[in-house]
Amino acid sequence: MELSGLLFYGISLLTLAGIYGILSLGLNLQWGFTGQFNIGIAGFFAIGAYSTAILTAAPSNSFVGGFDLPTPVGLLVAVIMSGLLSVVIGWVTMRLRTDYLAIATIGIAEIIRLLLKNEDWLTNGVRGIPAIPKPLGLDSPLAFLIGIIVVLVVVYLLMEAARKSPWGRVLRAIRENENGVMAAGKNIQRFRLEAFVVGSTVMGLAGGLYAHYFGFISPEAFEPLFATFLVWVMLIAGGSGNNKGAILGAVLIWFVWSGSELATGYLPAEWQAQAGAVRVLLVAILLQVILLTRPQGLLPEDMGAGRTSDPTPKEGRPRKVPAGE
Amino acid sequence: MIDFLQLLVYGVVLGSILTLGAIGVSLIFGILRFAHFAHGDIMTLGAFSALAVVSLGLPVLVALPIAMAITAVIAVVIDQTIYRRLRRTAPVILLISSFGMALGLRSLIQLIFGPNNQVFAKGIQMPYRWGDIVVKPDHLLIVGGAIVLVLVVHMFLSHTKMGKAMRAMSDNVDLAAACGIPAERVVMWTWILAGCLATAAGVFLGMDAQLHPVMGWNILLPVFAATILGGIGKPYGAIAGGMVIGIAMELSTMVMPPVYKPAVAFAIMVAMLIWRPQGIFKGQA
Repeated sequence: MELSGLLFYGISLLTLAGIYGILSLGLNLQWGFTGQFNIGIAGFFAIGAYSTAILTAAPSNSFVGGFDLPTPVGLLVAVIMSGLLSVVIGWVTMRLRTDYLAIATIGIAEIIRLLLKNEDWLTNGVRGIPAIPKPLGLDSPLAFLIGIIVVLVVVYLLMEAARKSPWGRVLRAIRENENGVMAAGKNIQRFRLEAFVVGSTVMGLAGGLYAHYFGFISPEAFEPLFATFLVWVMLIAGGSGNNKGAILGAVLIWFVWSGSELATGYLPAEWQAQAGAVRVLLVAILLQVILLTRPQGLLPEDMGAGRTSDPTPKEGRPRKVPAGE
Repeated sequence: MIDFLQLLVYGVVLGSILTLGAIGVSLIFGILRFAHFAHGDIMTLGAFSALAVVSLGLPVLVALPIAMAITAVIAVVIDQTIYRRLRRTAPVILLISSFGMALGLRSLIQLIFGPNNQVFAKGIQMPYRWGDIVVKPDHLLIVGGAIVLVLVVHMFLSHTKMGKAMRAMSDNVDLAAACGIPAERVVMWTWILAGCLATAAGVFLGMDAQLHPVMGWNILLPVFAATILGGIGKPYGAIAGGMVIGIAMELSTMVMPPVYKPAVAFAIMVAMLIWRPQGIFKGQA
């Protein structure tokens, strides 16, 4: 199939927006529902990407991989590895204020970045890992995009089910009133840990998909900015606590971010080298404007959702009277 | 042994820098109840403000107080225009905002001063030698400067009315408010104090090595580790935390590649969180 340049660009734009959408859904479970402040998204993303890359890439002499394993195995290990990492971080920080989680997650993300750069035997260092195969024969860009959309929809449906479930209600209750939930006899630390781990595995999965999409990864792609900061802006802009908002924010902010790349192309030549800094500055300002003017995001959280029964009967609706009363 | 003593010297120098950053983080946490993620970039801002003054032909030590004033004003402006409006909601919103502020400040500095390494003074300083141990004059200046500043902060916190109000508010916000302590003015002074200390930390960091737009962000993790080790919200604990982290980071280079220095700081912090999350001096966990 022959694709025109514009169409090709559109497909790549949407594919990356989809991957960011998955990341954003993972963060929404942690921050939007449970109020956990994870700013080590880049770390989980990187663990996922490198796990699958090392396992599925073609064998190489310069580092321990690749093992040429099937891609589903790689993605499964990506999910497991990011989950294991989050269990360790969660175990240390779940009993503390969320500020500690923030510091611990950014710390672990930085250390992962250092490891990726310096442990050449495992990650091939700054040269990166090439020749990562496409999964399940999704060789054409369009087929890969469809694959990403399918994963995004599945993750969305699972997150919606989680939100409406009793489990999701406990998470949101913890966010709103920790002591109240404790008084109700719930094990807060366990619920928090579960939410943190599930959210982190979703991020690991997104990392794995990212590696398969590009076919090449290097530590540069996992600077704190690219994954962590953009995902936060996406979720806040779209509406934290709202899964649809998480996806909407991811798509919109990714379009803004990519559009700004096109726009900075028109800057005078001496500014070209600084284009990256201009774009980051713009997104940083955008975040402050959103926080100041519309902190609930474009699609605010539906606070009433998830109730199985409405305790206040609406006017005009006949109340059901149980038989025999 | 010589190696050990030499690294100890470097450790005390790094510890002095970390201490100045950690006192600020600790004060801000005590008063405003959030971990200020832009603190590293406030340090960078201070260092580059000083560089701008130095480029006019003034010596670094004259540039330092001027840069402190510039940085303190910018810190207060950031607080008044953005953080103050967000303070009414949850403190955790401030966390997000400060994270964005960190990246914004860094990009702005990079746009103005360029992405390359820069130095305050060109040329090589003649080091002092005690046996085989080498100490640069700048090292003495950094440690001496840090001691003076810590003493000034101590006098401010223990002897002035504003300093006492700050400590009262850090201990118990509601009680302080009930006693009629003017919260907004205390907050403003917190930013001034933290901004001045961060400037000193940034300038000293630039004197010790080089200036770079990411210098502050790179040292943020050790600063947080020092803050937590000393007990978050406890300015005096920050001194002990800063020294322990600084010395441990430098000594670790005897057994590990130097690139993993931040990882050492992080490992100590995690051990502390498991064993005694309130820190050595029992801060707010």
